[in-house]
Amino acid sequence: MGDWMTITDPGLSAESKNISQYTSETKMSPSSLYSQQVLCSSIPLSKNVHSFFSAFCTEENIEQSISYLDQELTTFGFPSLYEESKSKDTKRELNIVAVLNCMNELLVLQRKNLLAQENVETKNLKLGSDMDHLQNCYAKLKEQLETSRREMIGLQERDRQLQCKNRNLHQLLKNEKDEVQKLQNIIASRATQYNHDMKRKEREYNKLKERLHQLVMNKKDKKITMDVLNYVGRADGKRGSWRTGKTEARNEDEMYKILLNDYEYRQKQILMENAELKKVLQQMKKEMISLLSPQKKKPRERADDSTGTVISDVEEDAGELTRENMWDLSCETVREQLTNSIRKQWRILKSHVEKLDNQVSKVHLEGFNDEDVISRQDHEQETEKLELEIQQCKEMIKTQQQLLQQQLATACDDDTTSLLRDCYLLEEKERLKEEWSLFKEQKKNFEKERRNFTEAAIRLGLERKAFEEERASWLKQQFLNMTTFDHQNSENVKLFSAFSGSSDRDNLIVHSRTQQKKPHSVSNGSPVCISKLTKSLPASPSTSDFCPTRSCVSEHSSINVLNITPEETTPNQVGRECTNQKWSIASRPGSQEGCYSGCSLTYTNSHVEKDDLP
Amino acid sequence: MNFSEAFKLSSLLCRFSPDGKYLASCVQYRLVVRDVSTLQIRQLYTCLDQIQHIEWSADSLFILCAMYRRGLVQVWSLEQPEWHCKIDEGSAGLVASCWSPDGRHILNTTEFHLRITVWSLCTKSVSYIKYPKACQQGVTFTRDGRYMALAERRDCKDYVSIFVCSDWQLLRHFDTDTQDLAGIEWAPNGCVLAVWDTCLEYKILLYSLDGRLLSAYCAYEWSLGIKSVAWSPSSQFLAVGSYDGKVRLLNHVTWKMITEFGHPAAINNPKIVVYKEVEKGPPLGLGRLSFPPPLPLAAPLSASESKYEIASVPVSLQTLKPATDRANPRMGVGMLAFSADSYFLATRNDNVPNTVWVWDIQKLRLFVVLEQLAPVRSFLWDPQQPRLAICTGGSKVYLWSPAGCMSVQVPGEGDFPVLSLCWHSSGDSLALLSKDHFCLCFLDTEEGVHTALEQRDSHA
Repeated sequence: MGDWMTITDPGLSAESKNISQYTSETKMSPSSLYSQQVLCSSIPLSKNVHSFFSAFCTEENIEQSISYLDQELTTFGFPSLYEESKSKDTKRELNIVAVLNCMNELLVLQRKNLLAQENVETKNLKLGSDMDHLQNCYAKLKEQLETSRREMIGLQERDRQLQCKNRNLHQLLKNEKDEVQKLQNIIASRATQYNHDMKRKEREYNKLKERLHQLVMNKKDKKITMDVLNYVGRADGKRGSWRTGKTEARNEDEMYKILLNDYEYRQKQILMENAELKKVLQQMKKEMISLLSPQKKKPRERADDSTGTVISDVEEDAGELTRENMWDLSCETVREQLTNSIRKQWRILKSHVEKLDNQVSKVHLEGFNDEDVISRQDHEQETEKLELEIQQCKEMIKTQQQLLQQQLATACDDDTTSLLRDCYLLEEKERLKEEWSLFKEQKKNFEKERRNFTEAAIRLGLERKAFEEERASWLKQQFLNMTTFDHQNSENVKLFSAFSGSSDRDNLIVHSRTQQKKPHSVSNGSPVCISKLTKSLPASPSTSDFCPTRSCVSEHSSINVLNITPEETTPNQVGRECTNQKWSIASRPGSQEGCYSGCSLTYTNSHVEKDDLP
Repeated sequence: MNFSEAFKLSSLLCRFSPDGKYLASCVQYRLVVRDVSTLQIRQLYTCLDQIQHIEWSADSLFILCAMYRRGLVQVWSLEQPEWHCKIDEGSAGLVASCWSPDGRHILNTTEFHLRITVWSLCTKSVSYIKYPKACQQGVTFTRDGRYMALAERRDCKDYVSIFVCSDWQLLRHFDTDTQDLAGIEWAPNGCVLAVWDTCLEYKILLYSLDGRLLSAYCAYEWSLGIKSVAWSPSSQFLAVGSYDGKVRLLNHVTWKMITEFGHPAAINNPKIVVYKEVEKGPPLGLGRLSFPPPLPLAAPLSASESKYEIASVPVSLQTLKPATDRANPRMGVGMLAFSADSYFLATRNDNVPNTVWVWDIQKLRLFVVLEQLAPVRSFLWDPQQPRLAICTGGSKVYLWSPAGCMSVQVPGEGDFPVLSLCWHSSGDSLALLSKDHFCLCFLDTEEGVHTALEQRDSHA
C-alpha cells in the first residue's frame, strides 16, 4: 500500500506542477504565450459555446455580436477582428483573415484543452483510486490500532493478574516461612518436651532400677555365685595387692607416665618432621639463592633495593650456619630469620616469575598475531614463488628438451653422444660445450705437440741414423783396430753422454719413461676423481679422444704423487670406520687432497700412456 | 586357595584364639576347640545350655561361653580340661559378658544394665560397677589392656569412668557434654578416648586419658549424625561415618577435619578403578541344555559363578531409596575399617549396599570401588597386609588387594551362604561362617596349602 503510494506520488506531483505552470503562465500573461493562456482561461467558455450559440448571434445583432466578440477577443489578447482603420470616423471593416486565424487558433486551443481535460480526468480518476486505496489503508490501520489496543488491554490485564499472583505467591512464601518458623518452634518445644519427658522417664527408670537393684541384689541372692574348681594364678604371676592410697598414687603416676610417653613420642615425631621441613626450607633457600643471584648481576639497577639486602641477609645466615648448627637451635629468632629470608626470596622469585610470565605471554601474543598475519602473506608469497618456480622449471625443461633434440640431431654422429646422453641439464650441456671447445683446443695443442714430438722423434731418428752410421763407421774403424769385447761399456757411456747433451724434450721423454711402470700399478687402485680443478667430464681415461693438456700434468713431482696415494686411501678408511665426527672431518681435507693428487696422477698416467703409444 | 571341609556351627560362633593356634566353634551347647594347623578336635566342652556368646581370653588359655537366657557364663581352660568355672548371675540376668584384658576377670552386665559384675578367677573378690549405660559401645579397653573406659548414665547425664584394669580402681570419672552418649572408643595408642553422641546430633568428643577434653567436633546440625567411628591403627586418623553419606577424617594433632569422603552414586573420575561383579554365564553345552529351560529366577543367585570386570567410568552404582519416615533409615556410612597398615580405608554406604569403597589414605582420595551383585554383609581387613575380605551372603568370598580383586566360589556340594568372616591373626587363613556350617579358607601360602593337604589326607 505504501509502496504504491510512493510510486504514484511523483506522477501526481508532476501533473500538479504542469497545472501550476499553466496557471502561473496565465497570471503572467506574456504576449508571446498568449494563445495558450487564452484557451486555458476560457475552458468554461468553450464548453458553453454550443449551448447558447444560437441565442448569442441573430440576424439582427451581427454587428453587436461581432463587436462584442472583437472586444472579448482583444481583451483575451487576440488581434482585433476589425481591420485597422485609417481614421476614426470610418466604420471599421471585419477582417476575415483575422477572424479565420482567430477561429483556427481557438480550435487548436480547443483541441489542446480537450486533451488537457482528458489528462486531468484520468488524473482525477487516478487520484480517486488513490484516495480509495488510502482510505482502505486507513481503515485497515484503524482496525489494527483497535486490535493492538485490545491486545494491550489484554496484556495489561494479564500483567495485573500475574502481579496479583506474584503477590499471592509472596504471601504464600511468607506464610510458608512463618509455617517453617512455627514448625521449628514446635520442633524445638517438642524436643524440649521430649527431653524433659525423657528425663522424667529416665528418672523413673532409674528409680525402678534402684528398686530392682535393692530387691535383687540386697536380698542375699543365693543364686548369684561363682563356682570355680580352683582359683588360677594371675596372668603376670604376681599376687593381687590391696587397694590403698599408695596404689592409687601409683596408678596416677603410671597414667601420667603413659601420657608423658605419648607426648614425648609425639614431640619427637614433630621435631623430626620439623627438622625435615627445616632442611627442605634450607635447601630451598640455597637453591633460591643460587637461582636468583646470577640473575641479580644482570638486572642490577632494578633489583638493587630489595635483593641487595636479601643477599646480605643470606650471607649472614650462611655465616651463622657455618658457625653453629641451626637445626638444634629451634629458637624463634632462627626460625624467624629463616622464614623471613625465604619469604623475601620467594617474593622476588614470584615477581621474577610473574615478569617472565608476562613477557612470555606478551611475546606469545605478539608472536601469535605476527604469525597469523605473516602466515597468510607468507602463504600467498610462497604460493606465488612456487608458481613462478614451476613456470621457470617448465621453461627450463622445454629449453632442455629443445637443446637435447638439437644436440641429438647434430651430434649423433659425434663421439660425444655417449657422454651427452648422460647429461640432462642445460648448464651442464653448456659447460660441456665449453669444455668441449677447451678440449678441442687442448687437443689441437696436443696434436701440435705430438707433431713436434714426432718431428723431434724423426729428427732423433735421423740423428740416430746419423749416429748409427757414425757408429758403424766408428765400429768399422774400431773393428778394424781393436777386439769386440769393449763394445758394450763404451756404448753405455756414450749414451749417457749423449743424453746429458740433449734438449729438454728428450729429457722429458726419458723422465716419463722411467716413471712409466710405477704409477701404472697405483692408478688401478686409485679412484677416478671428478675434480673441480680441471672441470673435467666424468669421463674415464679410456675414452679414445681424451687428451689432457700439459697444464694438467701437475706441478707435483711423480715422487710426490706416489707419496700421497697411500695417504689418500688410509684417511678415507679412517673416516669411514670412525664414528667420531671430528675424525671424519679431519680426514676429509686429506682425502680431498688425495683425490686431487689422484686426479693428477691419472692424468700423468694417461699422458705417459699416450706418450708411449706412438 | 584351598578350602577345608565344612564343619557344623551354630549362631555364627567361631573364633580363632588370639595366639592363632586354636579355633573355637559352637554347635548348640557344645564348644569345639580345634587345632588350626590340622583342624583336629583338640578339646570338646559341653555347656549347660545353647551357647550364645564365646570369647577367648587374651592369653588364649580360657574360653568363656555365655548363655544369656540362663544368666550363665561357663569358662573352660584349654590346658586343664577338667578345670571348670561357672558364673551364675541369678535373677539379675545377663545381657553381656566379656573378658578383661588380663584374662583373669570376667565382666558381666546384668539385665537392664543395673550393674557390671567383675568376677575374678584368681581371687574370690567380686567387684560391682553401677550405672553402666546401655548403648552401642559402652565398654572399651585400651590395646595394652591397662585401662577400661566405661560409659555411665547417672541423673540423666552421661559420664565416662576410666578404670585401671589391674585392680579395678577408678582412675578418672568425668561427665561428657553429650545429649545421649552412643559409644566410646580408645585410640590404639591408649591415650585418647573418642566419645560420640547419639545419631540425633552430630557430635564427637575427644578426651585425654586424664579426662581432659581435647577437642569437640560437629560437622552439621539438625540432621541425623554419626553412624560409625573407626580409629586408624596408627592412631593418626579418626574416621567418622555419618548419615549424610560422608566419612570425615580427623587428624590427631589439631583434631580438625582433614578431608571428607563423599560417597556419590556416580563415579566419573577415570583414575578410580571400579570393579564390578558380574555373573559368569554357565558354559553352554548340549548336554546341559534342558527343556523347558529353567527360569533364571529359580536358580539361586549364589549358585552361579561370578567374576570381576573393570567397569569403564562413568559408572552409576545401584542405590537404595531409603525410607526416611522410618527409624534407623538405611542410609549413611554404616561400616568403615582401616587396613592394618593404615594405608586404606574401606567403607560401605548403607543406601548403596552392594558397594565397598576403598580409599587411599596416603593420597586422601578414592582408590577403588567394588560393586557386588548382592548387598555387602561384612568386610574385614587382613590383620597383616592390605587385603580385604568381603562377604555378601552368597556362596562366594571376595578378596581385594591393591594388586586386584577376585571372587572365589566356596566349593562343596550344596549352598554355602557366607554370612560372616573372621581372619586368622597371621592372615593366612580365613574362617567363612554360614548359618550352620563353617569352613576355613587357606590363602595361597606354602603352609596353607600344606596344612590343607594334610588335613585332607587325615580325613581320607
